[in-house]
Amino acid sequence: METILEIKQVSKTYHNANNTLTVLDQIDLSITKGETLAITGPSGSGKTTLLGLCAGLDSASSGTVALSGITLNELNEDERAAVRNQYVGFIFQNFQLLPTLTALENVMVPLELRGAKNSKTIALGLLEKVGLGSRSHHYPIQLSGGEQQRVSLARAFSNQPAILFADEPTGNLDAETSERIIKLLFDLNKDAGTTLVIVTHDNELAARTNRIVKIKGGSIIADERLIHA
Amino acid sequence: MPEKITYQPVSTAWLFKMAWRDSRKNQSRLLLFISSIVLGIAALVAVYSFKDNLQRDIDQQAKELTGADLVIQSRRPVSANMESKLATMGDERAQERSFASMIYFIDNEGSRLVQIKALNGAYPFYGTMESSPTTAAKTFQNGRNALVDKTLMLQFNAKPGDSIKIGDLTFAIAGILIKAPGQTGISATIAPTVYIPLKYLEETGLTKIGSRITYSFYYRYKNADSLNAVIKKLEPQLEKEGLDIDTVESKKAETGRSFRDMSRFMALSGFIALLLGCIGVGSAIHVYIQEKLAAIATLRCLGLKAKDAFLIYLIQIMVIGSIGALLGAILGTLVQFLLPIVLKDFLPITVTMQISWIAILQGIALGLVISVLFALPSLLGVRKISPLNAIRASFENVAAKRDPLKWLVYALMVIFVLGFTYLQMKSLVQTIAFTSGIFIAFLLLVAFSKLLMFVVRKLMPASLSYLWRQGFANLYRPNNQTLMLTVAIGLSTTFICTLFFVQGILMNRVTLSASENQPNMLLFDIQTTQKEDLANLTTSYKLPLMNQVPIITMRIEEINGKKIGKDSTQTRAFRGELRATYQDTLTVAEKVVAGVWTGKASANAPIYVSLDERYAKSINVKLKDKIVFNVQGMLIPTVVGSLREVNWSRMQTNFRVVFPTGVLETAPQFHVLMTKVPSNEISAKFQGAVVRAFPNVSVIDLALILQLLDEILHKIGFVIRFMAGFSMVTGWIVLLSAVWTSKNQRIRESILLRTLGASRKQILAINAIEHFFLGALATAAGLMLALAGSWLLARFSFESNFSPPLVPILLLFVGVVVLVVITGLWSTRKILNHPPLKILRTEG
Repeated sequence: METILEIKQVSKTYHNANNTLTVLDQIDLSITKGETLAITGPSGSGKTTLLGLCAGLDSASSGTVALSGITLNELNEDERAAVRNQYVGFIFQNFQLLPTLTALENVMVPLELRGAKNSKTIALGLLEKVGLGSRSHHYPIQLSGGEQQRVSLARAFSNQPAILFADEPTGNLDAETSERIIKLLFDLNKDAGTTLVIVTHDNELAARTNRIVKIKGGSIIADERLIHA
Repeated sequence: MPEKITYQPVSTAWLFKMAWRDSRKNQSRLLLFISSIVLGIAALVAVYSFKDNLQRDIDQQAKELTGADLVIQSRRPVSANMESKLATMGDERAQERSFASMIYFIDNEGSRLVQIKALNGAYPFYGTMESSPTTAAKTFQNGRNALVDKTLMLQFNAKPGDSIKIGDLTFAIAGILIKAPGQTGISATIAPTVYIPLKYLEETGLTKIGSRITYSFYYRYKNADSLNAVIKKLEPQLEKEGLDIDTVESKKAETGRSFRDMSRFMALSGFIALLLGCIGVGSAIHVYIQEKLAAIATLRCLGLKAKDAFLIYLIQIMVIGSIGALLGAILGTLVQFLLPIVLKDFLPITVTMQISWIAILQGIALGLVISVLFALPSLLGVRKISPLNAIRASFENVAAKRDPLKWLVYALMVIFVLGFTYLQMKSLVQTIAFTSGIFIAFLLLVAFSKLLMFVVRKLMPASLSYLWRQGFANLYRPNNQTLMLTVAIGLSTTFICTLFFVQGILMNRVTLSASENQPNMLLFDIQTTQKEDLANLTTSYKLPLMNQVPIITMRIEEINGKKIGKDSTQTRAFRGELRATYQDTLTVAEKVVAGVWTGKASANAPIYVSLDERYAKSINVKLKDKIVFNVQGMLIPTVVGSLREVNWSRMQTNFRVVFPTGVLETAPQFHVLMTKVPSNEISAKFQGAVVRAFPNVSVIDLALILQLLDEILHKIGFVIRFMAGFSMVTGWIVLLSAVWTSKNQRIRESILLRTLGASRKQILAINAIEHFFLGALATAAGLMLALAGSWLLARFSFESNFSPPLVPILLLFVGVVVLVVITGLWSTRKILNHPPLKILRTEG
């Protein structure tokens, strides 16, 4: 199987006047194309930091992160932005929709950034898919939390990412809505054949992936592969 | 195999589209931010337009300013030879002699010092002398008539047909003088004019030696070439005899120069308003970008480059800045039509206002540049916003603090302020002084607000009630507006108060000069033969003879053997006439600072004169230098024996040159007498008696000086207040903008408090406490700066005492604080009137 994300000996440390804080300590992780993976662990264990490094949002203090064969450490911030636009999709815990843009415009942004000609048609199609075709001209503030996360899902898939990172995608939603969002996420992922990396506290959600990586104190303490019937 | 990164640059059109989308829900807010610069731009566009229009009108109406093609003036009688030459020049000619003298209104027994202009000929040749009735200006020379300035007519309730006495002659008032060539409202206030026919001047008896008469000769030339030829030919001769030449061109340049100074002052006032607005814009944009942090981080996650994120917000600021500048330019174009009304007392010509496209373009460009420049420090931060902020709200970007480009922008700001000020001032020293003044005031206010936040945070007693603690805590909470508001309120208060205090200092200085046993009335032009009788008249009114001084008019003929033109550094010394005295002892206002004072001249020894040290410096003369004085034709060689420090602010006669006794006693001279009158009533009676008995004697009383000063300061003050008004309103807009900026944060806090059970009254109280202290302390800081600045000005520039006027200070303080509190409470209105959930949803 082809590797899409390769992390070797990655550490992340923060320095202040008196202390050095190691958040991630020599992590090794390899993710293959099409895999669904959950990163779990207690608060402060380094999950979100790891996600940030994997997605090229931050650079490692040491070690290498390679996404689709591109070593992110060697790139500057703008080059990493181009990588994100080309290969990565994001889903955030607090949706992170742009408040001044309509649902449709939010979905269109990644497409417009890569210069897609038919961004509106694609975005409308995705909104239909997540059941919000009729709300495309609504602003985020006019949508419920679940609806906002559905727009966020449509946006994440709009640029047909090779890998999708979801940071606590149901963290701000009630159980019922969470269930619907998770189903939608996995359905869309299955259709698109995207690699999915979820950071979550939710064991039920983690159990729906085919691999669970457990982190504690900045180190991987378990890497379990699940087989679903 | 590693895959390739495809760089797809975003199009400019998309950047504009995103800038539009992003600003869509914030446009009213952005417009409010940018409205801070509208008034500053408006003031500058109005001043620039006015300057353009004025220059055009000066060019067009220059002939009406002089009323002639050529004016030759002398401060002493011209030689017979020259007079015969002057009598044949020009295609048309007129003559005028002007001097200060008393006039006496016979019907109501009022008297006042005025400017007498004795005229012969059809002057002005260009423009008109306006009078009521209209024909009076042309016919008054036909008989023993006078044209009397309208302010005098109003003051003494006189009407055409009434009689006035000038010197020994009585004249009938032929009409009211409304406007004469080159005359302004302010010049009429200082020296109201009375025109009489020249042929009656001798009979008035006012042309005796001692009267300071200016001789003017007006000419009209049909052919401009012949005028130039005449000027070229005559110039050396005229200069030799000390005559001045005024042509239409020189008058144009002189008028342009004097108005350039005024325009500079007004442009600087506008610039202060603009700077104040820019500080507001800069601060508001900072908060705006902070609020956009999550959105920018999300866009960065989605693949937007740092440069493109920066450009999106730069476009927003440029568009909004252009709109603000355009609004300012439109408002300025409207305001310019008010300026001729505001400045009517200072204008010697009729200004016809037209739209000045250059001024509008200058204003728009300036508005755009300055709004971008002051927004740039915050905008540059956009480049450094990490995408990590999208997943970690608390992520702090350390790199942003070390951005060298920011320092470049700060340097550009300083260069811009210096450059703009220099363009107005054209003097490096003044530019540095003005800019330093602004920066020092700014830094002091910044330091004050930091100190305020520190003190409140550290010293707030825990025993205070919750409402007080919350109100105070708002002053130093994150994203507070304390610094910005302190600077905005403080700077505008400083500006307005300093102007007000300086006006007070000038008035005080004159008022105080009459205090205690100082004289308050000056009588001059007294002939030697009148000296005794006038002293008797004075004592008969039980008035003290406080100072009787002889005055001799003279010129400097040589300095150390060099005459005029031989040494350019001393040219000033030979210009004009000097009025000197002789005395055997120094007065209380004089102190010898160099050399030895000689009170009595000795035979066979040089005549040692004493010079005012500042005068000596200005004409480049030192101790022991030799000066030859020309006293009415007699040359008197002297040596500079001493230099004196003279207290010119005392109400008494002071002299640049003092001779010892025993030299000038027989020279033609007139005398000055000083006295102290106890009341206005006695002053009026005494003046009337003096004018009746000694028509050539002129009287200046302190009441008149005070009245004049008050009128002049009132007129200047109106212009200053008009321009300062731009800063005041800008300060308020900045305040409004700051309150709006922090509205979102306040709403969240207040809603949380309401949800926790706080009442309307409690929320109002918290906001009122915060704004009351902010307003009170910022205004107090501004007042303290103004007081310190005014004290420094009083002490070192005006050499006067400064006692701050308490009531106006208190009124201003209360006024500003009330305005700040009302504006602050206005922002909580929405929270109090709507359910919390509804507001939360609409505010997002």
